[in-house]
Amino acid sequence: MKPIEREEVQRAIDSFCERDVFLHLETTNGAYASHHDESFFSAGAYIRNAKVRYEHGKIVGDDPYRVGLKLEIGWVYAEGLNHFEIDEQGRLLLAGLDSTGKLAVALQISPQPFE
Amino acid sequence: MEQEKQVLVVFPHPDDEAFGVSGTIASYIERGTPVTYACLTLGEMGRNLGNPPFATRESLPKIRKKELQDAANALGITDLRMLGLRDKTVEFEDDDVLTKKITTLIHELTPSLIITFYPGYSVHPDHEATARAVVRAVEALPVKDKPKLQCVAFSNNCVAELGEPDIIHDITPVQDKKIAAMKAHRSQTEAMLADWAEKLEAEDPELLGWIQKERLWTYQWPEN
Repeated sequence: MKPIEREEVQRAIDSFCERDVFLHLETTNGAYASHHDESFFSAGAYIRNAKVRYEHGKIVGDDPYRVGLKLEIGWVYAEGLNHFEIDEQGRLLLAGLDSTGKLAVALQISPQPFE
Repeated sequence: MEQEKQVLVVFPHPDDEAFGVSGTIASYIERGTPVTYACLTLGEMGRNLGNPPFATRESLPKIRKKELQDAANALGITDLRMLGLRDKTVEFEDDDVLTKKITTLIHELTPSLIITFYPGYSVHPDHEATARAVVRAVEALPVKDKPKLQCVAFSNNCVAELGEPDIIHDITPVQDKKIAAMKAHRSQTEAMLADWAEKLEAEDPELLGWIQKERLWTYQWPEN
């Protein structure tokens, strides 16, 4: 993964528009957050292989970035994104890594289901 | 360390074995006791991808599988089972299905000792779910077939509630193998080991003590 190049990511988002795609969306502060700091309120969410079709999608912001996908009857978005890769299977992998490199958020779009 | 016929180690994530019990594992193997390591997931949801990142969410499982195999080799484990569950979902699996996976292993291997996490005192939901499944599987065995059950605990309240660990293994003779196993899990341990390098060089007593003394609690069955 490398730091987000906004125009390249926007082109990839556009390429998945108006077709069935599979989403991986995840936020996490780590399973040990409340262990290291008992006052910390740990929260996160995870969805893998949600099948969606979006009308349009947009990357906004200036490192870190936000990405929003407008569905026919809903929305998907993620914030805190700063790294990306278009992998060998043509999937758009977006991630938000904190200052130590730990993943805090991931939004991934694939034309075929994730394993 | 008592002589065992067969040891079964059950943890959910590659690297769970490395910190707490890899010296214990290597010690058993050195004395000729067969050790099977059943690892439930490939740590697919690990947050460490390298810094700068050399992994992605999607490549991480393949990388961690290789790291797990390398760590097993470093410790001399020849029977490594990867059970194919997914990281952070273990507690949501059907309890009976999960128990049966452990029961099947126990019937096949008839271990004299099982090592896993201590339910209620192991912090991560996957650790807890794994520990509960092992306890359910062992609980269902006839008394004469029950292996010893020794557990890793590290929640902030573990000593206050469980007392001091009743088993402490000094693994100094196999310390190099333990460090090699920790290093093998590069994607997860690289930054931590870099922090340690100076302390290891200076033979920092606190760090060496933590590495050399592996702490286990014998599982206390609830009184009927």
